[in-house]
This record gives sequence, structure tokens and C-alpha cells, in this order.
Amino acid sequence: MTPEALLGGFSDAPTQSSFAFRAALEILSRPGEIRALTGATPPAPLSIAAGALLLTLCDGTTPVHLAGAHDCAVLRDWITFHCGAPLVSAEQATFAVGTWHELHPVTRFAIGQPDYPDRSATLIVEMADLQQSDARLIGPGIAGFTLLSLPELAAFQANRALFPLGFDCFFTSGTRAAGLPRSTFVEAC
Amino acid sequence: MYVAVKGGEKAIDNAHAWLAEERRGDVTVAELSLPQIREQLALAVNRVMAEGSLYDPDLAALAIKQARGDLIEAIFLIRAYRTTLPRLGASCPVDTARMAVVRRISATFKDLPGGQVLGPTFDYTHRLLDFKLAAEGEVPAAAMAPTDLADVPHVTEFLNRDGMIEVEPGGNATPPDLTREPMELPASRALRLQAIARGDEGFILSMAYSTQRGYGRTHAFVGELRIGTVAVEMDIPELGFAVEIGEMELTECETVNQFKGSKTEPPQFTRGYGLVFGQTERKAIAMSLVDRALRWAELGEDFTGAPAQDEEFVLMHADNVQATGFLEHIKLPHYVDFQSELELVRRLRSEALAAQEAAE
Amino acid sequence: MTTETETARKGWMGLLARSKPTRLAQLFPDLPAHDFLRAPEVGAVMVQGRIGGVGQPFNLGEMTVTRCALRLASGATGHAYVQGRDKAHAVRAAALDALLQTEQGPELQDSILTPLRAEETTRRASRAAKAAATRVEFFTLVRGEDQ
Repeated sequence: MTPEALLGGFSDAPTQSSFAFRAALEILSRPGEIRALTGATPPAPLSIAAGALLLTLCDGTTPVHLAGAHDCAVLRDWITFHCGAPLVSAEQATFAVGTWHELHPVTRFAIGQPDYPDRSATLIVEMADLQQSDARLIGPGIAGFTLLSLPELAAFQANRALFPLGFDCFFTSGTRAAGLPRSTFVEAC
Repeated sequence: MYVAVKGGEKAIDNAHAWLAEERRGDVTVAELSLPQIREQLALAVNRVMAEGSLYDPDLAALAIKQARGDLIEAIFLIRAYRTTLPRLGASCPVDTARMAVVRRISATFKDLPGGQVLGPTFDYTHRLLDFKLAAEGEVPAAAMAPTDLADVPHVTEFLNRDGMIEVEPGGNATPPDLTREPMELPASRALRLQAIARGDEGFILSMAYSTQRGYGRTHAFVGELRIGTVAVEMDIPELGFAVEIGEMELTECETVNQFKGSKTEPPQFTRGYGLVFGQTERKAIAMSLVDRALRWAELGEDFTGAPAQDEEFVLMHADNVQATGFLEHIKLPHYVDFQSELELVRRLRSEALAAQEAAE
Repeated sequence: MTTETETARKGWMGLLARSKPTRLAQLFPDLPAHDFLRAPEVGAVMVQGRIGGVGQPFNLGEMTVTRCALRLASGATGHAYVQGRDKAHAVRAAALDALLQTEQGPELQDSILTPLRAEETTRRASRAAKAAATRVEFFTLVRGEDQ
């Protein structure tokens, strides 16, 4: 195992993961809101916010897919050591990490079953930047509308059409993160 | 319907304080320590570990003390605690052929390699109360005899050599885990064994007894019953190899059952299997009988309508924490439901009386 | 890592995991300076059995386990997975795992592993000897109707 893979986990896991879990809940239930997610110092190319999400949400029962450049030895080892999550193909993943481009085609990911819609994937989309601009978000958890710099619209509109099935998304950039559950309608501004 | 109610905080606090006082009992009597419970009530500790589905003798002793000896309440406490623990992974399957046995008996072969070892058993006691135990005193030391510490082979291996018993298909498939995914029926044998291993001893015992009395009879012999210590190994990803992370006492029972054969299988013996935490042989024997009874479909036997053959009946009612939770919740406030029932019965009565009057 | 050192490491990690926390603390009271790679953490490991003792795996139930990973000032890393909920036990086992890989290894083998191993052997032999004393020979008796 690469030595640097052993570093960069939570130093105080109970407290840090509780804060991170709260933040993950908040951003997923209030789409468009951007919050700080810190505590992890994962190896590149994983962002701090994506690292904190993985440390908080993943364990041996949540298979993780690393897409594109994220599928590197040090990151595989880091997830194995700190989360214990099995690394799998896109189709088998409960969580997937990568840039939007790397995650494509997103139709590969699990969308759940009618009797178990929770058996779906959560995508952690690494972004160069995250702004409250561009796309208009409407739906549960949003008073009126909010704005979020989504990488595209069509895929999220198609995903919304699958409701109550579909995948859920986190967007991460540096130490900042936002959420987009399958219940949100997105449209151009 | 359960409707939340408010109030009663003061009464609840006082009830808890009184509970603590009653738990302690007469303060002129020495308080029980956890090591005393762990060492001297070891079979209660074993039952709480088996049905609490968490191997930790100290925690089980604490739960028994806290529950005032109510073992189902103690099992509930252990189940609640285990949900707070992060899952660090799964062990390699334990190798019971390498068990350091303290007890190993067979009802099918009197002379078998490794011999019959009685161990610390109640079997040949006369079940007469021993009033010497009412007084404290020294216990005579157990006798010792020379031994070579060799592994003791499984009895079914001998039968296997002649093709007289079904072959257990091996493999390393990841087994289903009912603590992670809700149980779905029909269940695989692996899932059934997990559910029975943590099931209520009394329930499993009664189900097994019902098969002996004819409700889904399987003609079971105890091929082998063994109790002893096994090592627990786990693959450590950061090391790239497996290490022993501890050891535990287990009870294993293999039954050998008559089987007259099917379209695809010649007449041979079939197997039932029981494996339980701790020294828990009544449970392990019962588990293997129930396991075998539930295998009727796979072996092409008839479903006779016996409860022990009915997977849904057995698996959905085996868990004493679930059963207790649902049973005991009916004592909690159901004022709103009952109010609506009351109104319904009043209305039906008045309608019935009105109809009666009209008819007269 | 060579197979030989891997076998040795497996051996001491198992021995340290099985040791009584109080005994290990007596034999190894003072911890070397260290940084945690993974702070001691109490969790559960799902213990698996095999159907019929030899067949497909099934989940038997969990056991409590405490794990820890640390790095000494020298750069040596140590890992521990030990039964129970004693964090100090896991830290000691991880520190020893690291030290045993350094030049201090042989000395610690003698002062800690050798006595632990001897005590374990004695304990196991004692139970095995008591079990051996309860070994029986059953005789089937010829009954009247068999004659």
C-alpha cells in the first residue's frame, strides 16, 4: 500500500464525520446551497470536500467507483484504508467519484428499483468551480428557486423524469460542496 | 396506530430511579461485579452473545446486570449497542475442523478418531439440587490427562468417504447479511442460518421439538456435537494478508438425517447444521434440526404444512427482539385507536338496537 | 515483503490480538512516540462460518474489535486489529507491530512475545488436558433380544 494512502483521514472521526454528515444532509435537502466540507486531506486528484464525503458516507457495504483520473493507485489505497469500501465498476457502484466528463455516460449508474428506490447510486461530481449561478433549481427543499452552476441540464432533466428512481448528486470543488437530489427540477435561467 | 403522547417526565424519571434501586436490591448484600457474571453465569452470557449477535463477554455481562437478569431485555441492549459500532469488515470463515475442543461427542459412532470427549457437561448430573453450592467454598480441581493437542476431524468426513452423505458444496460467495439488507423470502440457506443463529433459543427449540414429534419429521441423529475455541482471522487490506484478530468459543452441531433419495439423488444421509456463539448446545442442536426441516424443497421432499418447514413462519418469528418489541408495544398508549374503536362499537350497537326495535 | 517476514508478522499480530490487555500492559508499559494514521477505533467484525463446517460461508454474528494504525518517529508503521473494546490494547499492539519490524525486534521478541506465547501454550494445554480427562469409551451392551 502506498505510504501516503495511510495519511489524510479524519483526525477526530466521530466529531468530524458528524459535522460532515450534517453538512451532506443540509446540501442534499436544500439543493443549490453551498457549504464547506473539511477535515479530510486526501491525495490528489480528490478534493477535500469529496474526501470528507467519502470518509463520512462510505464503508464496506458501499461499493465505490472511481472514474477517469480518479482511478489511480494512491486513491484506491486511500479509500481501501480509510473507508474499507470495495472498488467496483460503474454499474455496481453505490457511490461514484469523478469529473462530470469522467462519469459519463451517467446512464450506467444504478437508479434503484420500484420497490427499493434507495438502491441507487450517489455521484460525487468534482468541479473546477462551484457558483450559485447558471441553472435554475426548483423542487422540494427550495423556496421559490435557487441557482447552481451545473455541468449540463439534459442529464439532470432526464434523471428527474425517472423519479422516484434516479441517482443523486453531490458537487464538490475544493472545500465546498452542493447537492442535487433526484427530486429537483432543473432548467436554464 | 401509535400516537405520540406528551407528559409524564417526572413520573418516568422517578420510575427509572426506583428501577435502579430495585436492580441493586438489598444493599446489605454484596453487589454483583461484571467478572462474577461473566465467569459464574457464563451460559447466560453465552446466550446473550448468541442472540444479541455480538461476541463480547464483558458487554453481555453488563447487559445482564442492567437487565436484572431478564435475558431478552439484555439481548435487546446488546442489539441496540451493536448498531452503534462501525462495521470494520468480515472475518474469514472460521475453520471448525481446527477447533480446540473441550467437548466432542457423536451419537452415531461410538469409536471415532479423536474420541468422545464429554467436557464440562450437565448430561450425567442427576439434576438434584446441590445444596453445597448454597455455601461458598473451594471447588476441587478438574482432573487432567495427557493429550497431543491435535486437530479433531469432523465425523461427517468419514461418512463422506463412502458417498453415504450428501456433499456440502463449497465456495466463497459473499453471504447475504440480514443486518444490512432486509430479509427477503425465499431465503438462501446462508441467510436462514444467520437468522436462526441469532433467533430465540426457546422458539428454535420448540420448532426443532415439533419436527421430532412428527411435524416435518427429518429423523435426525447428532452426527457430531463439538464445543471449543476457534481462531478468528480477517483479511487486512492495508497489509495484504490475513491475521488472527482474536478467538472465540463456539458450539457446532451436525445432524445426520435419513433421506430416501429423489429423482436426481440416490438414497443417502443428508445434513442439518448448527453453529452458535459460546457454549450453547441446546440451541446448536435445535438449529441443525430446524435447518434440515427448512431444506425440504431443495431436497425434493413433500411440504406437509408443518410449521418448521414453513420458512416464512420460522424466520419471521424467530427473533425475540422483534417479537418482544411488537408484543410489548401494545401496552403503550393507544388512546386514539381505542377511542375510534369505542365510537365504532357504540355506533354499531345503536344501529343494531335501532334495527331490533324497528323489527319488533 | 518476503513470505518469511509476512509469516512472522502474522504470528505476532495474532499473538498480540489474543493477549489479555492487562498482561500486555505489564510487559510493555511505555509507548514510544507515535502519530496515529488511524486513531484507535472500536467497531464490529462480522464473523463468518461455513455451512456444514465446509460449505458456503454464512454470517454467524459480529464480534467487537478495536483497530489502530500508527507511525513511529523512525517512520515504521504498525497496524493492529484486536478483539474487544480496549483502545490501549490496540495502540500497544500497533506500536509493537511497528517496533518488531525495526532493529529492536529481536529484543522485544524475547521480552514480550516469548512470555505471551508461553502463557498461551500453558493455558491451552491446561484446557486440553482437562478435556482429555473426560474422554470416554462407550460400550454397547448385548441385550437379551440380540442373543
